[in-house]
Amino acid sequence: MTKFIIRRILFSIPVLLAITIFTFAVVQALPGGPFSTVGEKSMPEHMRLIMERRYGLDKPVYEQFFLYLKRLAQGDLGPMFKLRSQTVNDIVAQTWPVSIQLGVLSLILGFSIGLPAGIIAALKRNSMVDYMATFGAVLGASIPNMVLAPILILVFGVWLRWLPIAFWGADPPFILGIFPKPTLEFWTHAVMPTVSLGTAVSAGIARLTRASLLEVMGEDYIRTARAKGLRERVIIIRHALKNAMIPVATIVGPLLAGLLTGTFIVEQIFALNGMGRRFINSVSEREYFLLTGLTLIYALMLVAGNLLVDITYAWLDPRIRYE
Amino acid sequence: MATESPSIDQLSDEFLAFSGSPRSPMGDAVREFKRNKLAVVSMIFVIMVVLTAIISPLLTPYPFALQNTSFARSKIMEPYVITTDRYDKCHWKGTPLDFGCTVFILGSDALGRDLLSRVVYGTRVSLAVALVASSVSLLIGLAYGTIAGYTGGRADEAMMRIVDFLYAVPVLVLIILMQVYFKALTRQGATGFAGTLIGWNQAMGGMLFLFVAMGALNWIGMARLSRGQVLSQKKKEYIEAAKSIGTNDTRIIFRHLLPNIIGPLIVIETLAIPGYIFTEATLSFIGLGVDPPTPSWGAMIAESTQGIRSNPHLVLIPGAALTLLTLAFNFMGDGLRDAIDPRSHNR
Repeated sequence: MTKFIIRRILFSIPVLLAITIFTFAVVQALPGGPFSTVGEKSMPEHMRLIMERRYGLDKPVYEQFFLYLKRLAQGDLGPMFKLRSQTVNDIVAQTWPVSIQLGVLSLILGFSIGLPAGIIAALKRNSMVDYMATFGAVLGASIPNMVLAPILILVFGVWLRWLPIAFWGADPPFILGIFPKPTLEFWTHAVMPTVSLGTAVSAGIARLTRASLLEVMGEDYIRTARAKGLRERVIIIRHALKNAMIPVATIVGPLLAGLLTGTFIVEQIFALNGMGRRFINSVSEREYFLLTGLTLIYALMLVAGNLLVDITYAWLDPRIRYE
Repeated sequence: MATESPSIDQLSDEFLAFSGSPRSPMGDAVREFKRNKLAVVSMIFVIMVVLTAIISPLLTPYPFALQNTSFARSKIMEPYVITTDRYDKCHWKGTPLDFGCTVFILGSDALGRDLLSRVVYGTRVSLAVALVASSVSLLIGLAYGTIAGYTGGRADEAMMRIVDFLYAVPVLVLIILMQVYFKALTRQGATGFAGTLIGWNQAMGGMLFLFVAMGALNWIGMARLSRGQVLSQKKKEYIEAAKSIGTNDTRIIFRHLLPNIIGPLIVIETLAIPGYIFTEATLSFIGLGVDPPTPSWGAMIAESTQGIRSNPHLVLIPGAALTLLTLAFNFMGDGLRDAIDPRSHNR
């Protein structure tokens, strides 16, 4: 197992390197450098050259790339061009925790609604509860967060005035760099973004849990367990659920990718100072180091997520052995 | 002549005549699909949306980019019926309008463009993306997976290594990067081949580059699936039989292998369509989708979320269109999958 994990980590290094090269190439190919304009006006030629020299942008591309890699190895994601008082590391330190908090809350919401819904639907197959859960799950998977978020804002923010319609209820510095202070302000602000992002997650989990549990319940070993006279509760919890969770574990990888997509939209709509919004803005602001750095972080998260899935997989199903 | 035994065909015909109606896997699937009312309704809805997209110019009162300039910018018309005064001039709340007397059923957006027309034309972008992205994914993925699975050995290993490699890449982030590049290229302009492409892209309202960006990596999952299918079919007797009578590989692949695996793969691809529609909407939402003024539901929602307090319908109407189309594709895809999956027959 340890060997497998180490091999997977080693395998992910060329992936991350390739993504770095690709991002770097795209950024280099973009017409118009970060200093071609000052605000709305174009920057005078000599000033542009000075600025480019200051950030090493006048060097040959390959030299810039190796310089970037060298700094990356030291944990330095590079400087900011416009917000010069900050570095990319500062921006990441401020915005990454917000996105992670949002993502984790959505995952928790997704599992805590999706799992029970899927299990109940499977156990009471073809009942009214099942139909409602199944329909609700398809509906939840079909409503995009860019539609759900405005509806929530409209209903709970504008009409009922129960919840705040924008911003994240916690600011950096966070506890241990990542945990928010669990104040009432934090929770009220977190409700709508979390629901916007978590609904699709719970729908996906509910659908898969139901299908997977139904399949497992038809297996021979469940019949054996019944024949032994085990209580239904024991059969479901001890025998069926663990195996039914295997396919569910596999969608956590794609789920993470989906959450990532969702944060672009949800952070934009709720004006959260998260990484997704910074990523989008970095495009138009031509913050090249920020763009490259955030791309790398996204790739890193996805790679880590897939690794986590494989480990969970092996834990759930001991038959899976990695040579 | 009299000693000739009946052929297989005659036998099976007799058998079928004996057992009642002929049952084929396809017929079973159709029957199963028809039993799922929700899926049938969804399929009809999807077909209607496709027709809407094709005949949009006939259904819309105005071109999607036409602005009603009689109003100051950012003045939004509520859903309102416009009446004529005695000079036969159209008015809206006392202001004369530029164009003729037609009804603004859903009002206008912040730039004075008819909302109904834009929502109707929006079907074109979503459906084009659904069609092209899924076809590209199916074509590339199927070809790649079939070649890898059928060839086997070293080539298979190398090809699957590439797929494993690409699997770890954050697809959406890459699509965004590519779109950033394409947009910048379009702004700057280019000559030669790139210039021609930019021209085509502009003629398509920015959809060409969107297709390229989305198609570039979406085939990976399909490649894995097709390879798995090919591997499982490759060892079956009918392939062996074909090989033993000296059929060449091309013929085996196209005449024997593909017809047996393509059905389920198409259905699985249908299930991916909502994802493509979401991706397009997301890209348009963040301004990296189609080029304005081409109407995309994602872009329309993005334009109007800021003003949701005063004009919720500008978000809700394109939002409802987006949700309904995805919902229909989801129900249809589920119905199709259940219809072809023998395991779910008895559920």
